[in-house]
Amino acid sequence: MKQQQKRSLKAQILSYKRHPGSFVVFLLLCLATLLTAGTFILLLAHIIINGIPNLSLDLFSFEYTSDNASMMPAIINTLSVTLLSLLVAVPVGIFSAIYLTEYARRGNKFVSLVRITAETLSGIPSIVYGLFGYLMFNIWMGVGYSLISGVLTMAIMILPLIMRTTEEAILAVPDLYREGSFGLGAGRLRTVFSVVLPAAVPGILAGVILGIGRIVGETAALMFTAGTATEIATGLGDSGRTLSVHMYMLLNEGLHMNEAHATAVVLLVLVVGINALSAFVAKRIGKRGMA
Amino acid sequence: MKQWKERIMHVVFLLFACASICAVVLICLFLFANGVPAIGKIGVFDFLLGTTWRPGNDIYGIFPMIIGSIYVTAGAIIFGVPIGLLTAVFMARFCPKPLYKVLKPAVNLLAGIPSIVYGFFGLVVIVPAFQQLFGTNGKGVLTASVLLGIMILPTIISVAESSIRAVPESYYEGSLALGATRERSMFRAVLPAAKSGIMSGIILGIGRAIGETMAVCMIAGNQPVIPGSVLDGVRTLTANIVIELGYAQGLHREALIATGVVLFVFILIINLLFSIMKRRKSA
Repeated sequence: MKQQQKRSLKAQILSYKRHPGSFVVFLLLCLATLLTAGTFILLLAHIIINGIPNLSLDLFSFEYTSDNASMMPAIINTLSVTLLSLLVAVPVGIFSAIYLTEYARRGNKFVSLVRITAETLSGIPSIVYGLFGYLMFNIWMGVGYSLISGVLTMAIMILPLIMRTTEEAILAVPDLYREGSFGLGAGRLRTVFSVVLPAAVPGILAGVILGIGRIVGETAALMFTAGTATEIATGLGDSGRTLSVHMYMLLNEGLHMNEAHATAVVLLVLVVGINALSAFVAKRIGKRGMA
Repeated sequence: MKQWKERIMHVVFLLFACASICAVVLICLFLFANGVPAIGKIGVFDFLLGTTWRPGNDIYGIFPMIIGSIYVTAGAIIFGVPIGLLTAVFMARFCPKPLYKVLKPAVNLLAGIPSIVYGFFGLVVIVPAFQQLFGTNGKGVLTASVLLGIMILPTIISVAESSIRAVPESYYEGSLALGATRERSMFRAVLPAAKSGIMSGIILGIGRAIGETMAVCMIAGNQPVIPGSVLDGVRTLTANIVIELGYAQGLHREALIATGVVLFVFILIINLLFSIMKRRKSA
């Protein structure tokens, strides 16, 4: 095996001698990959190395003061915005996906309209969501900067993501399951809820986790809906900043650069962790599907 | 009884499926209803082609911002596409397996990093580096282009890689059999076949770059004038909204919403291009 590898390497070198242009292209390919990897490492290393020394227990106290720009209230607000948004978006997303995959006829005009609008939604930049949420919830409905405004905006934003991943997960459930369920006399509804959905749970979960990652990392859309108040929001009508908004405000004020470094680490670890978890869950279904 | 339940739930599912349609309709309705009257008041030409943005004097011309958005997006394409494409080719064909197992998740993680963190990275790493390099304040078209180029890398890499992998192996092998080198086979036989997939990846990247807000507004300098060189400060459509919406009143606020409308129309056009591209690929 090793012998063969050595020989092929030799042949490769010979071929490059004959075609120096190809060798240059190969070097370019390596260089580009190195650049990509290098940027990634630089970004992670810089944020972690500069951030961790700035982490302190004070930054996790429950009160934000002008002396101590604690991020704990922001973390709690992030949690509540995320949970409430999921509460709205996940049922809506799953039910739409069920309709698209299990009920609608193939090639239905309505289905393609839903698909096109979902695609449009996923392409809209976050600042446009922020503008829309501000106009509709804050001003037209008159709730002002508030948790509920942020939550509804976020729910619309992650809806296409939840819909798409759920659809894929449901489509991946073999028809055999459905036929078996129908064969046992179950109706369509029962088949969906007791057979198809349980089999699709890991895929749906992976999508939900991705959605969490997007909400946690979101800034522009939340700044103009949930607002930038530094306290813990205790009701749906209260304004409260999430962690990303908190970080933007720190950078914007420019007074708390050390705290901003620390917040960056927390944010990065959170989002990267969430995305890795999603990939892990998604991979497990792949394995199970094969077994 | 059972029949009824089935029928009711059918309707319920149908109603929920309407949610995304409703959302798009509402977004269009609120943006256009609030933004279009302002464009009318300011005048379409004065608004779109006016080169002065001075809310204090009620002069609202967003031409510098439109140009700014186009500049930084073009810059992002110049930096991001070649590097992304070459990396995708490397990952799809030349990458040793152990390295691939590290690179692939790394690219996915890169895609998940929030834009505010990218902006922070730009502010504390790229801006000081450019200050040293060019002797300016470090914020400008070039800085924004480089950072946006980095931000669209993961999109371009993953879309390009999967469309390269979708090309039948026989194209590559046939080219090798004709005596072409590995690199020549990739660039002359496989890439042309993957062209439409790669193009849709690039369009997706353009959409991301033009809609990017937080990262850009932290490192672009934000002067509302048409930049004279790549080192000059620049303000994009997105940054214009984020910076001023917090305190704007009256016509000023409406002008900002109208800026959002212009951005939204840009994005709709890009989405349209993307779906045309996709349809052509599947056809």
